[in-house]
Amino acid sequence: MITARINQIDVEVPEGTSILDAARQVQVRIPTLCKHKDLLPTAACGICIVRNQGGNKLIRSCCTPLETGMNITTHDREIVDVRRTTLELILSNHPQACLTCGRNGECELQTLAADFNIPMESIKRYVKDVPRDCSTGSIILEFAKCIKCGRCVQVCQDMQNVWALSFLERGINTRMAPAGDITLAESPCVKCGQCSAHCPTGAIVENDETPAVWTALHDPEKICVVQIAPSVRVTIGEAFGLPPGTNLTKQLYSALRRLGFKAVFDTNFSADVTIVEEASEFIERFAHKSGPLPLITSCCPAWTDFMEKNHYDFIDNFSTAKSPQQMLGVLAKTYYAQKLGLDPAKLYVVSIMPCTAKKYELSRTEEMHASGYMDIDVALTTRELARMLKQSGIDFLNLADGSPDSILGDYSGAGTIFGATGGVMEAAVRTAHFYATGKKLEKIELEAVRGLDGVKEGTILVNGAPVRIAVAHGLANVEHVLNRVREARKAGKESPYHFIEVMACPGGCIGGGGQPYGVDNERRKLRIAGLYQDDRGCAIRHSHENPEVIRLYEEFLGKPLGPRAHELLHTRYTARPLYKR
Amino acid sequence: MNTLSRTDLEALAAKPEGDPPEWIRVQLDTGGIAAGAETIFTALEHERADRRLTIPLLRTGSVGYSFADPVVEVQAAGMPRVHYGCVTPEIAARILGEHIGEHRLIDDHIIATRRRGLTLDAPVTHILVKDTSPEAGNKTGFFQFSLAEELKRRGLAERVQVVRALDLGIYDEGAVVQLLPSGVTYTNVLAPDVARIVAESVEAGKVLDDLLWKTPDKQVRIVLRNCGNIDPDSIDDYLRRAQGYQGLHRVLFKLSPEAVIAEMKASALRGRGGAGFPTWLKWQLTRAQPAAQHYVICNGDEGDPGAFMDRSVLESDPHAVLEGMMIAAYAMGASMGYFYIRAEYPRAVERIQRALDQAREAGLLGANILGSGFSFDAKIRLGAGAFVCGEETALIASIEGRRGSPSPRPPYPSVRGLWGMPTAINNVETLACIPAILLKGGAWFAGYGTEKSKGTKVFAVTGKVRNAQLVEVPIGTTLREIIYEVCGGVLDGKELKAVQTGGPSGGVIPRQHLDAPVSYESLQQLGSIMGSGGMLVMDKDDSMVEVTKFFLRFCVDESCGKCAPCRIGGYQLLQVLDRISRGRGTAGDVPLIQRICLTMQKASLCGLGQTAPNPVLSTLRYFGEEYQAFIEGGPSYARKMNKATPTAATSTKVSATP
Repeated sequence: MITARINQIDVEVPEGTSILDAARQVQVRIPTLCKHKDLLPTAACGICIVRNQGGNKLIRSCCTPLETGMNITTHDREIVDVRRTTLELILSNHPQACLTCGRNGECELQTLAADFNIPMESIKRYVKDVPRDCSTGSIILEFAKCIKCGRCVQVCQDMQNVWALSFLERGINTRMAPAGDITLAESPCVKCGQCSAHCPTGAIVENDETPAVWTALHDPEKICVVQIAPSVRVTIGEAFGLPPGTNLTKQLYSALRRLGFKAVFDTNFSADVTIVEEASEFIERFAHKSGPLPLITSCCPAWTDFMEKNHYDFIDNFSTAKSPQQMLGVLAKTYYAQKLGLDPAKLYVVSIMPCTAKKYELSRTEEMHASGYMDIDVALTTRELARMLKQSGIDFLNLADGSPDSILGDYSGAGTIFGATGGVMEAAVRTAHFYATGKKLEKIELEAVRGLDGVKEGTILVNGAPVRIAVAHGLANVEHVLNRVREARKAGKESPYHFIEVMACPGGCIGGGGQPYGVDNERRKLRIAGLYQDDRGCAIRHSHENPEVIRLYEEFLGKPLGPRAHELLHTRYTARPLYKR
Repeated sequence: MNTLSRTDLEALAAKPEGDPPEWIRVQLDTGGIAAGAETIFTALEHERADRRLTIPLLRTGSVGYSFADPVVEVQAAGMPRVHYGCVTPEIAARILGEHIGEHRLIDDHIIATRRRGLTLDAPVTHILVKDTSPEAGNKTGFFQFSLAEELKRRGLAERVQVVRALDLGIYDEGAVVQLLPSGVTYTNVLAPDVARIVAESVEAGKVLDDLLWKTPDKQVRIVLRNCGNIDPDSIDDYLRRAQGYQGLHRVLFKLSPEAVIAEMKASALRGRGGAGFPTWLKWQLTRAQPAAQHYVICNGDEGDPGAFMDRSVLESDPHAVLEGMMIAAYAMGASMGYFYIRAEYPRAVERIQRALDQAREAGLLGANILGSGFSFDAKIRLGAGAFVCGEETALIASIEGRRGSPSPRPPYPSVRGLWGMPTAINNVETLACIPAILLKGGAWFAGYGTEKSKGTKVFAVTGKVRNAQLVEVPIGTTLREIIYEVCGGVLDGKELKAVQTGGPSGGVIPRQHLDAPVSYESLQQLGSIMGSGGMLVMDKDDSMVEVTKFFLRFCVDESCGKCAPCRIGGYQLLQVLDRISRGRGTAGDVPLIQRICLTMQKASLCGLGQTAPNPVLSTLRYFGEEYQAFIEGGPSYARKMNKATPTAATSTKVSATP
C-alpha cells in the first residue's frame, strides 16, 4: 500500500494507483480531458497537472503513480493558471459551434469550459477547415472538432484491434483520421462506434437519422412500426438522469406509441427466434456433425464485418442465422403484414439499437432484403431515440406502462439477456440443452459466461458429453480465442471450443457505440444487472418456450432450419478486403 | 580481415603503429563532400597518376575545420605536416606539383598546426605569416615580402620558404609568424622584428621570448581524437593507429561490469545529448533492473539547427562509437544494441553499417566476443526526420515501429524501455568518450572540466563567426575563449550581440555574459542550456525577434502534436511573435507571451514543448527593448527592420548542415 498526502489529506491506495484516481478517493477531483476510465492514460491534454512537494515541476496526475511520501497539491495559483491557459489554448483550436454540435450539452470540453468560465478570447482562434467524413453512414468524423486526446485512436487500435483510426501529420496540423488518409468507409473500420462513445467532444458522432424517421412518421402513406433492442431498455434512462440499469421497457412501449408508431415490437422476441435457429444449428453440427465446429455467433454486425475482413478463415464456422434486428424486420414485412393484411411496401420498420454498426447491417448483403423490400428501413441508436423523445415533448419517465404488439412482441428472459456479454451463449445453451436432451438445465444461469472478463470459458455437459464454450467481448480479445482454434486446427486436433460467442463492444450491446455517453465498467455492470433482473422477472426464460415464437413456427415458418426459415432468417458471409482502395 | 583473437589485440597494444612517412588525406565527411571534397579526391588521383607518384591518397573524416572545407592534410617526407583549406582542383594539382614535387608550401591555403612549439628543436624550413589585426589594411603581404627579402639577404632563401597562411588559429594578435616544423609562433610582430626573427631564430635557432606565443591551444580533443586522422571505413586503421578496441579489451578481461560503472563514476561523464544525466547512473539503473534482455541505444538523431557534432563523429570515427556502445552494453548486461540515426545522415549510416560489418567479421560482434563470454550485436534503425524522435521515449516508439510520439515518464526507459525491457540511451558523443575513459582512466577524464561538469564538450560554432567549426574544449572554458580565441571572433569584425546555445531548446546569452564558463550549471543560470552543443553567434545586425521566431518556428514545425500545450501553445506563441515582428503587436502581447510560455514549460509532456519557449523567454529577458520597439514602432518600424541583413540563424556560412 502507498501512503501519501493529497491537498494535506492522508490517502492510502494500492501500489500503481495514479494520482488522479487516488485523489478521487479523497473527494478531490482533478479535471482531465483525455483520460478515460476504460483506457490507459495518453497524457495528451495537460489539464490534470499537479505539484509534488511544492516542487517547481508540474506532473501529470493521470499517468504518474502515487508514491509513498508524496505530498501532492492539486490546486494552487500557478496550477490553476496553467490549466486555464491550456484550456484556452485548446478552445482557440476548436470551432465555436456548440449550439449546432451533436454533443451539445453532453460535451466534456464544453463542461470544462463552463466550469472555468473562460471569458472573451484573448488567444486568436485558429481552426483548420477540414471536411467531415460521412462515408460510412454509421459514424461521422468531424475532424475540426477533434482535440487530439487520443482516446478514439487507442480505442480503435488497442481495445478493438481494428486499426482504422490513427494520427496523421504533426504539430498544429496533427489530425485524427483513418490511417493512410482514406475515407472511413475505405478503412478497416467495422462501425462499432466505440470511438464515438469515448470521444470527449463532438468529433465523432453517430449519423443522426432522426429526420428520416420524423418524415416517415408524418407520412400518412407509411405504416411505421418499431422494435427496441434488448439493451436499450436498461440504458435509455441515463439520458434522462436515471441510474444505469433502470429497466424502462414498459415506458418505452408507451413512448414509442405516442411518437406515432402504429405497432411496437420487441427485438427480444426475434432474439428468441434467433436462439431457436442458432441452437438448432448447433445441435445439427454438434450431434449430427453436419458442419464445422466451433459454431460462432453472428448477431453482432461489427463482429461480422471484422471477421469478414480479418478472420475470414472462420466463415464456415459462422452461424448463418441473421441477427435479431434483421429477423424482426423480415418477419414484420412478411408474417406480420400477411396476418394483418398490410401492404409491406407501406410498412416502415424502425429499429432502436445500441449500436452504430446496426445502421450498416441494414444493407450488408442482399439477404437483408429477404422480404422483397429493405427489411429494416432505419436503425436509430439509443442516443438518437432519447433526442426524439425530448423533441416530442413526451414526459417519458412519468408515462403509464405500455405493452408491445402481439405476434412480434412477447419475449422470454433468454431474449432479454442478449444485450449483455455472454447472454447469447447463455440463451443458446438453455435451448440447445433442451433440444439435445429434452430436459432443461438444472441451473439455467450460466455463471461461467457472465461478468466483464475479456474472455470467459466454460464447459457444459450435454448427455454426458462436454460442450466447451467461450465468450469474448471487445474485439481485441477475439484473436486469442481464434488463435487457439487455429492452432488446434493446424495440429489436426479437436477444436478447444464447440461454441463461441463474440460481441464487438466491451460488455456486449449494453456497452454499444450508440449508447448514452460516459460508459465505463461501473456503468456496464449496472446495465448488465438490469438485464439479468429482467430475465429473472420473466415467467418464461427459454426462447423455445416463447408462445409467440411457437406460434410463428406453427403458422408461418414451419420447422427451425426449414426451407422457409432458411429463406428468410439466414444469411451468407464473404471475405472482404481490409482496405477498399 | 581475419577474426581477431585476444592475443592479436594484445600484440597490437604492445606495438602501436605510427603514421606512415607519406600520405595525403582528404576529409570526406558530409560537410567536406558538400563543399566538393569528392572532386578534390578525384583531382588528386588523376594528378597523382599523371605525375607517376605513389604517395598514398587516404579518405578520412573531418577534423572540424568546417570554415575551410574541403580540407586536405598532407604529410610529405622532409616537410611539415599541414592542412590545406578551401582546396580547389587547381590547388589539388599544385599540392602534388609544388608541395610533394618541389617541397614548397602553397600560399593562402594553409591552416597552421594548433600544436605550437616553445623551442626550436629543428631547423626552420618554412615560415607561415598572417596579419591577424582586425584593422583595415592587411599587412600579410608586406611581412611575407620583408621576411623573404631578409632571408635572401642572409642567403637563406634556398633553405626557408615564407608562406601566407589561411588561418593560424590566433586572432587579433597583429602579425603572426609561425616557424615550421617546430611550431614556434610569434605574435604582434612588427616590421623591425623581421630582421631579428631571421637572424636569431632562423639562423641561430634561438627563440625570441618577447614575441613567443605561449598560450596553449584551448582545444582538448578527446571525442574528436581520431576525427580526420584515421580512415573511418577501416577497422584496421582504428585498431593499429588509434588503440582501437583496447578499451573494450581492458573491460572484457580486466574489469567486472561493476568496475566499469565505477570507472565511469570516477570520470563523472554526463550525457552529452543535452540533459546532462550522469552516464554511470543511467547504466547502473538499467543494470539493476532484472529482465531477460537489456538494450543499449545510441541516439544519433541529432536535429538542432546548426549542430553537426554527432554527425561528424559518426562519419569520422564510427568504430569509437561502436566500441563505446559495446562497453556500455557489457556494463549493463545488454546483448543487443541499436544505432538510431536520422535518415538525413546517409554517410553516417553507411559508415556505421560498415563498422558493424567489419567488427562482426573481426569477431568483435557476435557470440562470445574474443572468448570473453560476452555476446553482443547491434543494428541500425533510421529516423524518418522527426526532431522529436531524439526524445528517448519517442525514439523507442520509433524503433518499435510506432508513431514517434513521446510517452509519459515514469516509467523511465531504464526501467521499461525498448520492447518493454530496461534500456539505456546514450548520445553519440557520450559513447565516443567512453573508449578513451576506459583506456586512460576515469580520473584522467575528470582532470578536465569544472567541479560539477567534467571532461570536454564538442561545440558546433556557427552563425556570424569568422571560423565556423567544430570545437572541443574542456567544460568551463568561457564563451569568449571559444568564440574569440578558437573561432576568430565575429565575422567581418563586427560587434557581437549574443550567442545562442543549446539550439531550439536553449536561449541567448548576451555579450555581457561572454566570460561565463560554459557548463551545464552556469548556462542554466543565464537562462540557456548547454544542450547538445550548438552555438550560434549573432552580431549587432541580427534582430532578436527574428532569431527567436526562427527557433520557435523550428519547434512548432517539429512538435509531434500529441499534447495540447506544445501543439497549440507553440503555434499561438509563434502567431503572437509574428504579429509583433510585423509591427502589429499590442501592449497585451508580452504578458500573453509569458503566459503561454509558462503553460508550455509546465504542462508540455516532453522536453521539446517544455523547452521550446526558452529562446522566447531569454530574448525577452535580455532584449526586451527590441520587442517593445516593434510594438511601439508599429508597421513602419517593422518594415524598416525587416529589410536589414538576414539573420545569423538563416544565413550561416557553414556548408555542414544538411
